[in-house]
Amino acid sequence: MITIKELTEKPELFTAGHRACAGCGPAIALRQIMKALRGPTIVTEATGCMEVVSTIYPYTAWNVPWVHTAFETAAANASGIEAALKVLKRKKRITHEHVDVIALAGDGGTYDIGIQALSGAAERGHDFLYVLYDNEGYMNTGIQRSGGTPLGASTTTSPAGTVIPGKTQHKKPIADIMVAHDIPYVATASIGYWQDLMAKVRKGLEVEGPAFLHVMAPCPRGWRSDTAKTMEISRLAVETCVFPLWEAVNGEYGLSPISKAIALKPDRKKPVEVYLKMQRRFAHLFQPKFQHIIKEIQDDTDKRWNRLLKKCNIPQVAVSKT
Amino acid sequence: MSQQPKGWKEISIAGVCWKPATDYHTGDWRSFKPVRDPKKCTKCLLCHIVCPDAAIQWNKETQDIEFNYDFCKGCGICANECGAKAIVMVQEGGE
Ligand SMILES: Cc1ncc(C[n+]2csc(CCOP(=O)(O)OP(=O)(O)O)c2C)c(N)n1
Ligand code: SF4
Ligand code: SF4
Ligand code: SF4
Repeated sequence: MITIKELTEKPELFTAGHRACAGCGPAIALRQIMKALRGPTIVTEATGCMEVVSTIYPYTAWNVPWVHTAFETAAANASGIEAALKVLKRKKRITHEHVDVIALAGDGGTYDIGIQALSGAAERGHDFLYVLYDNEGYMNTGIQRSGGTPLGASTTTSPAGTVIPGKTQHKKPIADIMVAHDIPYVATASIGYWQDLMAKVRKGLEVEGPAFLHVMAPCPRGWRSDTAKTMEISRLAVETCVFPLWEAVNGEYGLSPISKAIALKPDRKKPVEVYLKMQRRFAHLFQPKFQHIIKEIQDDTDKRWNRLLKKCNIPQVAVSKT
Repeated sequence: MSQQPKGWKEISIAGVCWKPATDYHTGDWRSFKPVRDPKKCTKCLLCHIVCPDAAIQWNKETQDIEFNYDFCKGCGICANECGAKAIVMVQEGGE
């Protein structure tokens, strides 16, 4: 495994000077991802925070070839780039042994408007890595809810009020939807466990065919959290099993080290409150009248976690401590 | 040196960005500044990999980490993550 010392020597391919908010989780994700590349790479990115903050004309924070694309077309663009590279190689117009292609999009650009292009690209079998950086909302346009926003989160289009407790629907299981596409590699990752994240980026690039990486990355602006706590919140999402880490290689599910440790020692699984408490988008849930939503979040987390354990062939020992 | 903004005839084709973002300094957004105590620092380099702004780099010559205050936005992640508690956030202009 690569040491942190060696990582400091890797060039910053996503550079300083980008205009993300202080403490931005997706910006950390991009730095980490871009330090995990294996060779020449082309990145294409859908509209969203990370595109906007990195390429404000005339400045660019990208030290690799990078192509902006529309909100819904990250996977379609990646398909085209991959197909073009094949032709250029066949016609000997490029001499590279191989060029990796990465598509990047937020949760809005993936769960919602981009899913058709993504599903098509996966079905056609293009050789590329799709990275979803999930900040659980349309942050760039002012914190609207998406299919990736979790139950109970207050956003500008699911505002918590006296009657409505924030978003009333659950988070769509996007990574499972991608596993159902029968592609060679699907994984979840978190900036809080950056070694695991970087190893998964590598694996996603190495497999032949489509790979999908779901990266959880807190947004202090939209989650109304302390900018200093971005990494801590990322770890808590994993430690509460709100966002377990796993990978599915050729459709076979397996837990990643931290989540496996929790599966084997269920008393390490933290209650969801500790995670929710750190984010003011959930603050209203701590009023007595909305406490039942916290229970619903816990129950749903447990249900999904137990389902995941089954898929990973791990006996169900997990009992939540609430 | 001041530079006249380019007109539409001179800008790059398709509006391709042509200046490195590092020409744009985000350090003046900061209201708190991370200050490290070199005596406490174990040079574990964790802060390098958790900074959203690539503002902490390893300097090979001095064999030490270096904060780049041209870019540091003062989020405080490095101070929060440092296991040795070597970094404190100090209010800017409050010396
Ligand atoms: C077809 C279309 N509809 C709406 C927009 C406006 N728009 C730009 S970015 C964005 C939200 C992006 O959300 P997400 O993909 O979650 O990324 P984030 O900003 O959260 O990083 C929207 C709605 C657009 N660019 N194109
Ligand atoms: S709104 Fe959130 S995701 Fe967007 S730049 Fe700010 S912190 Fe990052
Ligand atoms: S995290 Fe703390 S101990 Fe480690 S290098 Fe940074 S300042 Fe030093
Ligand atoms: S305060 Fe934030 S931006 Fe500044 S060096 Fe620390 S982690 Fe980087």
